[in-house]
Amino acid sequence: MQAKRVTFPGRLVPYLLLAPQVGVTLVFFLWPAGRALLSSLYAQDAFGLSETFVGLANFAALFRDPAYLEAVGVSFVFAACVTFLAMGLGLVFAAAADAVGKASGLYQLLLVWPYAVAPAVAGVLWLFMFDPSMGIVARALKAAGIPWNHFLDGGQALALVIVAAAWKQVSYNFLFFYAGLRSIPTGAIEAAALDGAGPLQRFRHIVLPLLAPTTFFLLVVNLTYAFFDTFGIIHATTGGGPGRATTILVYKVFRDGFEGLDLGGSAAQSVVLLAIVVALTALQFRHIERRVNY
Amino acid sequence: MAGRSRLALLLAHLVLLAGVAIMVLPVYVAFVASTHPGADFLSGGVGLIPGTRFMENYRLALLDGSSTAGIPPVGPMLWNSLVMALVIALGKIAISLLSAFAVCYFRFPFRAAAFWLIFITLMLPVEVRILPTFEVVAHLGLLNSYAGLTVPLIASATATFLFRQVFMTIPDELTEAALVDGAGPLTFFWTILLPLSRTNIAALFVILFLYGWNQYLWPLLVTTDTSYYTVVMGLRRLVSAAGEADPVWHLVMATAILAMLPPVLVIALMQRLFVRGLTETEK
Repeated sequence: MQAKRVTFPGRLVPYLLLAPQVGVTLVFFLWPAGRALLSSLYAQDAFGLSETFVGLANFAALFRDPAYLEAVGVSFVFAACVTFLAMGLGLVFAAAADAVGKASGLYQLLLVWPYAVAPAVAGVLWLFMFDPSMGIVARALKAAGIPWNHFLDGGQALALVIVAAAWKQVSYNFLFFYAGLRSIPTGAIEAAALDGAGPLQRFRHIVLPLLAPTTFFLLVVNLTYAFFDTFGIIHATTGGGPGRATTILVYKVFRDGFEGLDLGGSAAQSVVLLAIVVALTALQFRHIERRVNY
Repeated sequence: MAGRSRLALLLAHLVLLAGVAIMVLPVYVAFVASTHPGADFLSGGVGLIPGTRFMENYRLALLDGSSTAGIPPVGPMLWNSLVMALVIALGKIAISLLSAFAVCYFRFPFRAAAFWLIFITLMLPVEVRILPTFEVVAHLGLLNSYAGLTVPLIASATATFLFRQVFMTIPDELTEAALVDGAGPLTFFWTILLPLSRTNIAALFVILFLYGWNQYLWPLLVTTDTSYYTVVMGLRRLVSAAGEADPVWHLVMATAILAMLPPVLVIALMQRLFVRGLTETEK
């Protein structure tokens, strides 16, 4: 990690400048994370009075727990659907905006603003749209012969939170896909057109490969979003139910820690989540290195 | 361009119109619901035509809430959200400017260690260390306070990296000139670096304001006193109340609109800065 060629003299000053950032990091990030790591190796009694070292037993118990495995499954289905929907729609809208060209400014503004809506608020908006007795979507579905009640039907509840989570994320993908499309040289596309490639062929064989770096980057960002930033959607709408149908991993770690008071188990869950974040971040940084090498 | 027919252009417009409809519809429906009297919800949906109770409903939501449904007024929650968003955004920017300045413009032992320490925060979102972080905040007596709502969130690796990048592009001649003139590091920071980073600061501010305003899990953990509720997190209380016998969907939707209005306005008014901030921080 480089510094500037010309630097200021001073022994104490840099430490003072770093103090606020490092202080907050140590007290609110590293110390709690260390605690989570440690307590994942201990079992606590019900009153939190005594601790015994149990090694990896908490993790073993976690991966034998059907409720946890179910949450893993729900998380992956949720993340895959949200990512696919949000990226797919983002790409379609970006391609359309690119085709419209300069006149697409107003469209852009109208497509981008949902980024500002908090996940929890997005969840509440869609909760109302899908309300079994009042929601316009639920009523339309009923008219089409599909009875809707996400309070009873786990699959429908999962669909509800997927739609809400994807809706909020489309704008982000739209922005990055649009920027990616703008940076593709028109020469390549025109040459393919002269060779007789139709619009779909050009998209498939020229545009998509050139968008690959953007797509990969967005894939990681969307998975991270679906795994970690969607707590508010679940908590404000379905509360993880009905049953455990919408209990994703971040929701479960919250509920087990604060309502179940299972400290060792909750800490073990935190550590698993930590591993997921580290993996996703590593992926993201590999992408940056690749871009630098271009 | 060859092959771009009128039909394709029409299709593109239709796709974009459909996209806009998908984005706008839920908010429009919420707005319509927020202008109807509560009793309208008993008889089923309220349709797509705005009602006549706009002023009454929003006044009620902002100032009074609903004591029968146990709903606090939204006005103070909006204030709390504003304080939280501003303190987090400005706090993150301030401490990240300082630490980027330190790692760029000084040579000192443990410089790389400090940088990596800051880097690690990227991998530790609140969601993965919920319980122990809550315990630390509780031990420090910061529950139900503005400090508890904001300070634990103001470390920022992303902002530090961004400012480091900006500083690395600033010519060394400026530093040399400052050294020759006998200007101290803080004078240099204040009179040269800050003005040169102005646009980056503004772009980052937009992103961080949205980040702070939209926090959910953290305020949920550290506030039990309703006078410290933020609007995004308080909305849930209203939703659970709306499920009860007393129909308060009109208040819920008025609150949802109020909760999204400030951040949406920020994006609409500062679209360029927003896009710039987004592409600068997320790479």
